Amino acid sequence: MRGALVIFRKDLSIEWRTREGLSSVLVLGLLLLVVLTVAHDAPPEAAPALAPSVLWATFLFTGLLGVQRGFLLERENDCLAGLLVSPVDPAAIYVGKLGANVALLAIMQLFVVPLVGLFLHLDLMPVLPALLVVLALGNFGFAALATLFAAISVRVRAREVMLPLLLLPLLVPLLIGTVSATRSVLAGGLALATDAVTVLVAFDVIFAVAGWLLFAYVVRD
Amino acid sequence: MGRVLPAVTCVAMLAALYLVFMVVPTEQQMGIVQRIFYFHVSSAWMAFIGFFLVAGASAVYLWNGSRAADRLAEAAAEVGVLFCSLVLVTGPIWARPIWGVWWTWDPRLTMTVILWAIYASYLMLRAFGGEDEAVNRYAAVLGIIGVLDIPIIMVSVRLLRGMHPAVIARNEGGSGLVDPWMRIALLVSAVALILLGSWLMQLRVRMGRLGEEMATLRHEEEARRGEVA
Repeated sequence: MRGALVIFRKDLSIEWRTREGLSSVLVLGLLLLVVLTVAHDAPPEAAPALAPSVLWATFLFTGLLGVQRGFLLERENDCLAGLLVSPVDPAAIYVGKLGANVALLAIMQLFVVPLVGLFLHLDLMPVLPALLVVLALGNFGFAALATLFAAISVRVRAREVMLPLLLLPLLVPLLIGTVSATRSVLAGGLALATDAVTVLVAFDVIFAVAGWLLFAYVVRD
Repeated sequence: MGRVLPAVTCVAMLAALYLVFMVVPTEQQMGIVQRIFYFHVSSAWMAFIGFFLVAGASAVYLWNGSRAADRLAEAAAEVGVLFCSLVLVTGPIWARPIWGVWWTWDPRLTMTVILWAIYASYLMLRAFGGEDEAVNRYAAVLGIIGVLDIPIIMVSVRLLRGMHPAVIARNEGGSGLVDPWMRIALLVSAVALILLGSWLMQLRVRMGRLGEEMATLRHEEEARRGEVA
């Protein structure tokens, strides 16, 4: 557990000192929001209905970029080899990396979600608590799989295309769940989203456990 | 075993074709195109068998590093994607005259295309991931994650996406197969395609093994020449 905390702090302090990953992810998030909103070209009264799909499509693609960066950094100077010979359990490395990814994705969401409200004419304040639950569940489920597959993708050839290629099909149920839950939350509250939240919780639990168990097979040499 | 499987497959396939085209009565509402259903559903079953075999073989490979399990996982993934592609090709041929469109995002179709994408990406990882031994391990991890995704995909597309009850009820095997011969034809077709899939997998596993032996021999030969020179 202590090992995981050390990795978590290390990743966040690297990010804090460079602010390179976060700033590029935030700008990409803004750009994707603009692209998706402009492409839909919806009249003002139809715009709020687009919010769930625009929000989560933006989240998926910016998240892919952000998560991959965390492992590309470890490749420089063979840092991953250093991590592996250190007396830290691979599972703890996974937990630490997962925590750092969740934190970065949460900052990204903090930035992107108000913009979705702004661009698509939605007042998010009344539904904020329920929306935060959905955002957290989506964030964690995405990070659970993305952390595992980012470790794979940076170690194979053709790595730039490999992460989205491997991850996007696996994430479709998460996308269906988050979009459906967000739509229900915007329509009235968490009570309408029971099915979707159940799917999201199942997704989060199954893949966090699977990632935790399988990560050792990915990083060992 | 090497000769028996192709022979049995051939007999079963001829029997299935005979049943589907000569024996089974034409479905009253859908007409002749309904006959594609026997191979469509059977292909889906074979694809599922392939995908679950990938996961099982991958788990064994991660557990004890058995080369045979790794080769089986690769063969099963290829055969699974092949039969899943057959499902995705035969489905629209049936859907166009019956539903009026080639494709709809009904739960089953959505699930099939996601599964196809997952295992196609598995094959991409194996093909373009590089020569490194570690790629086999990554593929095994993906094979296990993929099968864990299947139930979540099923639940999410059923609960959370628009349902089309009429369409599904007609697509459902049980309600449509009024004539007993239809059920027999479906069963024989399923057996035929599962046999075909097994035979293909067997061939593919052997091909993988021979390929590895070949690589070893070439390696030894090069080492020997290096010594002579």
